[in-house]
Amino acid sequence: MRAALFVTCVNDAVYPATGIATVRLLERLGVDVDFPEAQTCCGQPQFNTGYRRETEPLVRRMTRAFEGYDYVVTPSGSCAAMVRHHYPKIGDEAAASLAARTYELTEFLVDVVGVTDVGAHFPHTVTYHPSCHGLRLLGLGERPRKLLESVRGLELRELPGADECCGFGGTFAVKNSDVSAAMGQDKVSNAVSTGAEVLCGADNSCLMHIGGIVSREGAPLRPVHLAEILASTEEEPWS
Amino acid sequence: MSGTYLGMPAFPVAAKEAVGNETLRGNLRHATHTIRDKRAKAVAELDDWALLREAGKRIKDHTLRHLDRYLVRLEESVTAAGGVVHWAADADEANRIVAELVKATGETEVVKVKSMATQEIGLNEALEAEGISAYETDLAELIVQLGDDRPSHILVPAIHRNRGEIRDIFRDRMGAWGRPAPDGLSDTPGELAEAARLHLREKFLRAKVGISGANFMVAETGTLVVFESEGNGRMCLTLPETLISVVGIEKVVPSWRDLEVFLQTLPRSSTAERMNPYTSMWTGTHDADGPSTFHLVLLDNGRTNTLADEVGRQALRCIRCSACLNVCPVYERAGGHAYGSVYPGPIGAILSPQLRGIQSEIDASLPYASSLCGACYDVCPVAIDIPEVLVHLRERVADQGGKGHRLEKAAMKAAGWVFDHPRVMAAGERAASKTRRLHPSKLPGAGAWTDSRDLPELPPESFRDWWKKHHNDRKDTGT
Ligand code: SF4
Repeated sequence: MRAALFVTCVNDAVYPATGIATVRLLERLGVDVDFPEAQTCCGQPQFNTGYRRETEPLVRRMTRAFEGYDYVVTPSGSCAAMVRHHYPKIGDEAAASLAARTYELTEFLVDVVGVTDVGAHFPHTVTYHPSCHGLRLLGLGERPRKLLESVRGLELRELPGADECCGFGGTFAVKNSDVSAAMGQDKVSNAVSTGAEVLCGADNSCLMHIGGIVSREGAPLRPVHLAEILASTEEEPWS
Repeated sequence: MSGTYLGMPAFPVAAKEAVGNETLRGNLRHATHTIRDKRAKAVAELDDWALLREAGKRIKDHTLRHLDRYLVRLEESVTAAGGVVHWAADADEANRIVAELVKATGETEVVKVKSMATQEIGLNEALEAEGISAYETDLAELIVQLGDDRPSHILVPAIHRNRGEIRDIFRDRMGAWGRPAPDGLSDTPGELAEAARLHLREKFLRAKVGISGANFMVAETGTLVVFESEGNGRMCLTLPETLISVVGIEKVVPSWRDLEVFLQTLPRSSTAERMNPYTSMWTGTHDADGPSTFHLVLLDNGRTNTLADEVGRQALRCIRCSACLNVCPVYERAGGHAYGSVYPGPIGAILSPQLRGIQSEIDASLPYASSLCGACYDVCPVAIDIPEVLVHLRERVADQGGKGHRLEKAAMKAAGWVFDHPRVMAAGERAASKTRRLHPSKLPGAGAWTDSRDLPELPPESFRDWWKKHHNDRKDTGT
């Protein structure tokens, strides 16, 4: 099976480890991964801030970059949601076709590859924050949890108020920074209350915001992307 | 809308204060989480909730598409039943009509049923300017009125107050408005309710004029419907001789069959009740039963403008259940007052800028008062895609190019150009990685992000640089 990785601009520049983990994981599962280098940003920040016209060339670029791939996989719920929900409205038929071929990582694993046990090993206590766009726009449901529950050595702790937004929200994080930070602080204290060492998420933008608060507060918590946990094996532990 | 809200600061400024107020945050967290959980249970009891939601959406869309027809039908039905219909293009006209009608009765006091439309137009203040006292009779509205305060929630206007604060307001202020609070009033719900009951009863028995809004108007029979849970509304709707109802034109539904859907969805979605406690319905006037004179003031006040916008018009489906407020993480922390309107929370963020326009600072900031988490859309019983409308209104604000948006547009354009040139982007990433030690994680004064959050450290190489090597390795080993 061949799939193109849509790594996202944030992962490319700030969290390459998540992209690398996604490649390792997919290759371990026998997927032939390609990375079309013409890809950049899906245009979500522009679109959600009200710059639709500025989004259009990015939609065209993405559409061209991923032409011809049956599966486009991305380790970001909100970028997947951007492509799936908004590309058909912003772009042409080719953009709508990309929307139909784009999968968030856990969707791809569970629905396309058909696995929940990816053979991972991660001997830590973990709590999972389901980011809003994955939760509500994509309806990821139980997929991330099923994947995590099958990881050997991993103890999953229930996150209180899990479905509440962490407060990132793209430009919201700076335009309404006080409310955004208050939401993030509540998310962090909920995560800390579980006693878990690791706060797992499937969207690094949210983890960047949450992690920024964790670091500022010196909270005993390590934000880790789900792909990195799933990439970790006994032979090649991630960290 | 009400002059009370003119000159409100932009949302982030108003919200900052609320975020720092521990009591307020505690009150709001407790209240919104309680009602949120109760609502979820009440809705989960119905296995056809999704269908009811879809039906409600379609009924509203159909009615809005043929609003002209249904409003004329409504006018005919109300007139035939003995009522008088007035049309008000804006708040001033509506206030003028109501003031004239009250003056014509020779009365200087009116009792009010809780109503959003009359708050939207600032009716109480307008009547006061004409020497007419308007008494709020909904318990929470009474608390707000006595406290010289502003409502902060559609359904629970005093949600920002706790019991102790309410006791103090009753003790200090009731006397100035009528019957004082009983001596030694405590903050138990029973005693507070009894104090309000005694205070209000005097007003119900004396009033000759009642003023209300309505949750629905049924076009086929000219029937108006008010949902409430205290019975105080019913007092105002039945005891006075004259009843004046001020209702937004989007509140019409074609028939009783349509009403049936909302009789199920509104109570569960708003107060988590299976059946609404007091549902009052009246059709024109009847001899020796209820008010002998009935006036209906149909209010536009920005609604037809809203209707003209293909994306934004869905806001007019709103049945004011408040479910979106109760689940909203931003509302929970910013409180209702920050929204600078009688319509707070997610619905306020899409309704106020449409009804009032986006000229003022507060209205131009409201579309950004959301992280777009989508919790509001999930719970809305008429499926208003609030995030979609927010983004749509952001486009309008950005196009207008107001304060700060010119710079932002330039930045978005520049970013767009970089993203459209992957080589430039890769070079930028490399430069950033090389100089990463020069990016302190705490930038003094660099503001919005770093005030409360550290920045991530940049990696030594970007993903795309790693990929090049990985890809070459793969080729070398022939895999
Ligand atoms: S927008 Fe929807 S959820 Fe919010 S008050 Fe209106 S009907 Fe209720």
